[in-house]
Amino acid sequence: MKAKKLRQLINRMKPQFEKGGKLEKLHSTFDALESFLFVSDKVTGRGSHIRDSIDLKRTMTIVLLALMPALVFGMMNTGYQHFLSLGTNVSFISWQTFGFGFVKVFPIIVVSYVTGLTIEFITAQIRGHEVNEGFLVTGMLIPLIMPVDVPLWMVALATAFAVVFGKEVFGGTGMNVFNPALLARVFLFFAYPAYMTGDRIWIAGLTSGEGVIDGFTGATPLADAAAGHIDKIPGFMDLFIGVIPGSIGETSALAILIGAIILVVTGIGSWKIMLSVVAGGLFMGGVLNLWGANTYMQMPFYNHLVLGGFAFGAVFMATDPVTGAQTETGKWIYGFLIGLMAILIRVVNPAYPEGVMLAILLMNVFAPLIDHLVVQSNINRRLKRMVKSANSEK
Amino acid sequence: MSKVIKIKRGLDIRLKGASEPTVSIPDTPALFAVKPTDFRGIEPRLLVKQGQEVLTGTPLFCDKVNPDIVLVSPVCGTIEEVVRGERRKLLNIVVRAGSDQRYEPLETGSPESMDPEKIRKQILRSGLWPSIIQRPYGVVARPGDIPRDIFISAFDSAPLGPDYGFILREDAEAFATGIAALKKLTSGRIHIGLDKRSAQSNLFTGHQDVDYQVFTGPHPAGNVGIQLHQVAPLNKGEVVWTVSPQLVALIGKTFMLGYLDCSWTFALCGALIREPRYIRGIMGMSVAALLTGQIVEEERQPRVISGNVLTGSNIGKNGYLGYYDSQVTVIPEGRYYDLLGWAMPGMKKYSASKTFLSSLLPSKSWNIDTNMKGGQRAFVLTGQYEKVFPMDIYPVQLLKAILVGDIDRMEQLGIYEVVEEDMALCEFVCTSKTEVQEILRNGLDLMRKEMGE
Repeated sequence: MKAKKLRQLINRMKPQFEKGGKLEKLHSTFDALESFLFVSDKVTGRGSHIRDSIDLKRTMTIVLLALMPALVFGMMNTGYQHFLSLGTNVSFISWQTFGFGFVKVFPIIVVSYVTGLTIEFITAQIRGHEVNEGFLVTGMLIPLIMPVDVPLWMVALATAFAVVFGKEVFGGTGMNVFNPALLARVFLFFAYPAYMTGDRIWIAGLTSGEGVIDGFTGATPLADAAAGHIDKIPGFMDLFIGVIPGSIGETSALAILIGAIILVVTGIGSWKIMLSVVAGGLFMGGVLNLWGANTYMQMPFYNHLVLGGFAFGAVFMATDPVTGAQTETGKWIYGFLIGLMAILIRVVNPAYPEGVMLAILLMNVFAPLIDHLVVQSNINRRLKRMVKSANSEK
Repeated sequence: MSKVIKIKRGLDIRLKGASEPTVSIPDTPALFAVKPTDFRGIEPRLLVKQGQEVLTGTPLFCDKVNPDIVLVSPVCGTIEEVVRGERRKLLNIVVRAGSDQRYEPLETGSPESMDPEKIRKQILRSGLWPSIIQRPYGVVARPGDIPRDIFISAFDSAPLGPDYGFILREDAEAFATGIAALKKLTSGRIHIGLDKRSAQSNLFTGHQDVDYQVFTGPHPAGNVGIQLHQVAPLNKGEVVWTVSPQLVALIGKTFMLGYLDCSWTFALCGALIREPRYIRGIMGMSVAALLTGQIVEEERQPRVISGNVLTGSNIGKNGYLGYYDSQVTVIPEGRYYDLLGWAMPGMKKYSASKTFLSSLLPSKSWNIDTNMKGGQRAFVLTGQYEKVFPMDIYPVQLLKAILVGDIDRMEQLGIYEVVEEDMALCEFVCTSKTEVQEILRNGLDLMRKEMGE
């Protein structure tokens, strides 16, 4: 009954937002909210009379669902690392850790969504488009790849940059070249390096100089590895579970793996890309093991999978369908090169401890080229067939 | 037996209301219609006037370019009405059936002993020429062409698709005669695609000088275009013809009887049909009487589709059976708002993706309505079309080439090899609710115009 009343209310309001109505200027906004509440009553016209129940909202919801394990783990880890730095003894899974993490992380999420959605709504209105659901995922990805001590104004600035220059200037969702969330991160990385690197930003409170017990550095295992302190990084299992300093959502390969399973089982994320990123990473790690010029290169190659943002990038960033390769063959090549580049940048170039971000953005640029080559081979195949059949007729 | 070709990519949408293998013979309805809109590539020129008397087989209209191609009255009676739409476009030519049975005379004899010219003339005069569809473009074949091959799919894999073996079980001789006639019109071979899944009735097999291929796999394995792509893909400059089995038998019958017998069996099916079964009726018949009392009373309006749910046309409760359709499907309309529909677990929502809980119930059959189930968006997801499109063609890239009107690219990407039905499943599964079939048709029409055909 409530649904009916709500529907009646919307039906009464609707004419004002339509052409000629008083609030015509807010048409896109109204439409977005209406379609959020109700799947439209529009029926099929020409073409197929029935349609699959899936739509873009459902798709994005599934991705958000897949991000939840990483988010919840990230919140608990934020609290846990904070208390660890203070020397307070708390267990990892507790209301204390989650509560503290929630208070720290939730504002970042809010800022990211409010900034991004505001811009999305405004541009949709200017263009007269429907509001695209793409930002629902971007808005969650951005907080998850931020260090927890990032100032909120920076989140807002980075989000605005990502949405305007990463997406809208290209024509909106579906047309962008770069993954917007990564663009937000890379923007901050180059604009405010002091806030994006170092040992203090990864743990809540450290930047503002809250008390730290002796011997606690706050450095991420990735930074330790880059600095050659291989002995300091935890074992594979500890890295896999992820109770370590790092960006909010990227530390736990376990939580990310759960997300990956959700994406693969539902068919939303490309398993081909995920698998080939891992393969590329393992391959490069193996090559560097053989080279073995320094201690970082000697680190067991499989550790790369659970260090830094590699797992997060492979599962949630590389699989972005808009900025990645779009042909099935191209996906294998695209993913493999991301994995390969990520580890190469990570190990060989000490200026960028996090190679995944740059590797994905780099391959975003090359994805259309990869697709072009794949499609061209299909075209050549067709041409060859034609020539062959013409010859056989003679 | 010939080798089995396995179609791996595709989708069987299990719908409620499959026809039982029983046949009802309803009373002959009063009204019949031939719809110029059924025929792609034909510019109709009307040949009759309202009130004029016609026999079974009297031409009602012809093609402006090839006046030899005629469409004829399926019954003996008088012209009830000529229905025109916007800009005087011809929509329906309605015939009211009279009480007597008189036919326009045709030749009789075995096609084996006839020369191709005579066979061509017979098929043209009988009004059955438009049953021959040519590839590329999926339009009515041109009488002057000699096709590379002729392809016939002996089964329909579409949702609730009819069983041609059942429909034609008493027409083995007619089918064989039809094959014998068509054989004379090609320089190549006749290829018949058989279904491995269901027992194949032997009326399709055993014909001389015919190549058989057996197909297995989900829809669109039964689409003649998919079969053609697997067996001998169409190259630029080539022409191939396709005919559906029931029309082959009809062609055959004209040679046996010496007149056009328009008896036509079709499946009456869909979730809203009380007793889904086969109907032995007549081509172009009105379905109004047939549906009276047959539609399950529901809150929702029924949608009556001539053809299947993926490619058929909405004819309404008082509509007429389409020329090519061996199936009438009735499903519920979907005019309703769904509160937070995209967020619900979705035990009752069908999806080819695994994003609804319903995918845990794989064996269920579904009652799917006509709701769009979401708003239209730009292309976002990838790899989705490929899962249901078993051709060596990049579907999204092809559609994008059509959208920007890039003729060369459309050709390079294989537009000659596809027609709407081959990509209908792409439209069904599309997350962005893209009108795939309409885009493709625009591309085909543009291409045809550019090539001056």
